[in-house]
Amino acid sequence: MLLTLLKRELMIARRNWIGLAIPVFFFVMVVSLFPFAVSPDAPVLQKIAPGIIWVAALLATLLSLEQFYRTDYQDGSLEQLVIMSSPTLVASAKIIAHWILTGLPLVLISPLLGVLMQLNYGVGYDSVAEDHTVVLMLSLLLGTPTLCLIGAVGMSLTLAANRNGMLVSVLILPLYVPILIFGASTVTASLENFGYNGQLAILGALLLLAMVFAPFAAGRALKISVS
Amino acid sequence: MASNWRWFHQLGSPKWFFEKSAKWLPWLWALFFILLGLGLYHSLWVSPQDYQQGHSVRIMYIHVPVAALSMVGYVAMAIACTIGLVWKMKMAFAAARAIAPVGAAMTFLALFTGAVWGKPTWGTWWEWDARLTSELLLFFLYLGFIALHSSFSERNKADKAASVLALVGVINVPIIYFSVKWWNTLHQGYSLGTGGVADEFKPALFIMIAAIYVLFANLVIMRLRAEVLLREQKARWVADWAKGSEKGVKR
Repeated sequence: MLLTLLKRELMIARRNWIGLAIPVFFFVMVVSLFPFAVSPDAPVLQKIAPGIIWVAALLATLLSLEQFYRTDYQDGSLEQLVIMSSPTLVASAKIIAHWILTGLPLVLISPLLGVLMQLNYGVGYDSVAEDHTVVLMLSLLLGTPTLCLIGAVGMSLTLAANRNGMLVSVLILPLYVPILIFGASTVTASLENFGYNGQLAILGALLLLAMVFAPFAAGRALKISVS
Repeated sequence: MASNWRWFHQLGSPKWFFEKSAKWLPWLWALFFILLGLGLYHSLWVSPQDYQQGHSVRIMYIHVPVAALSMVGYVAMAIACTIGLVWKMKMAFAAARAIAPVGAAMTFLALFTGAVWGKPTWGTWWEWDARLTSELLLFFLYLGFIALHSSFSERNKADKAASVLALVGVINVPIIYFSVKWWNTLHQGYSLGTGGVADEFKPALFIMIAAIYVLFANLVIMRLRAEVLLREQKARWVADWAKGSEKGVKR
């Protein structure tokens, strides 16, 4: 059942693939604004890179949530899906599909942003220092699914509300803060040549916690919204 | 049903609550003013100056109680939401709705008094310390609850959706509480218990905490009475009550 729902999501997305590229463009563009705004100096960029890239990833996820239920809700198929299976299952399929379609591309494009933001500045080929880009990718790989999971709860809650767009940001941004803290500090720790396994472990723990609770909360909220 | 659960069922009846709480309120307000008077006397005269902070230590007597209530309020709201979602009790949803603005006000006061206290002691109004930050996030969570609740046209949906949000946000409360230990940057440790404030500050602090608890209860009961009237506006007893109040009849 979950697989069928997932296939359906992916097929719809494949037929509208330009829509998928927009969050990625947004991610790259937001990050590339900062050299203009702050300074193009490599040491400065390197210092602010973890925070900037993480905030941009967070905003890209947040904005892409707009599409989460939108069309299905408008044409009534969401209601049918909820009746047909269970709201938790529908929410889970949406979450997985959403991460594959928007979270994963952000992870994959992040090395490019690492280059733009001079993340490896001062690390030569002969140096034994870490490749900070890999750490950035790891942190995003563990962090973006959590962002999708929490975002799904927010979207399910605001589905039937009168003002949708801003409201969901107001609701879930406070909940995103722990992920932002540990995601960005993973990369910062790596830049300062400290161990970053602890931060990655906490990101993983947050992901597991969200995987346990978020689908049920989202399902419950979805049921309230479409009933 | 065992008779010791009777109070629980009665609390679920809007009419019963509305009638009874009218009798409780004068006593609760009297209790609050007695505690407040006693607390102010202790905190402004009896309690000594701090050897480092001087008189500014007295801000603690308002800061610590409101900060405690900001968190207790959120937990109380989440408990009310759970009761509402699980047992479908309409009074529980009304209670959660009544607690939210009071809790948000307490959180704001905690941030404000903290800033006023921070200026003479730390030399700054604001510091991005873990506990301050999570208190700010708690404030945002309260605002999110209120915003979500007010953006539905059906009250039934608003109650349920906001309750789910409150339960999701309640994960934040333990993070606040333990953040002192986790990140421990600038904010001092727990005020009560071992290693907290010195004994000579405790009487005033305890009395003030009790006073603010009673104040919180009073404000919530008053809001809840208004909320009950709003939700039960079609009920017969509300119409009767409104007619009585128009004529100025003693209720």
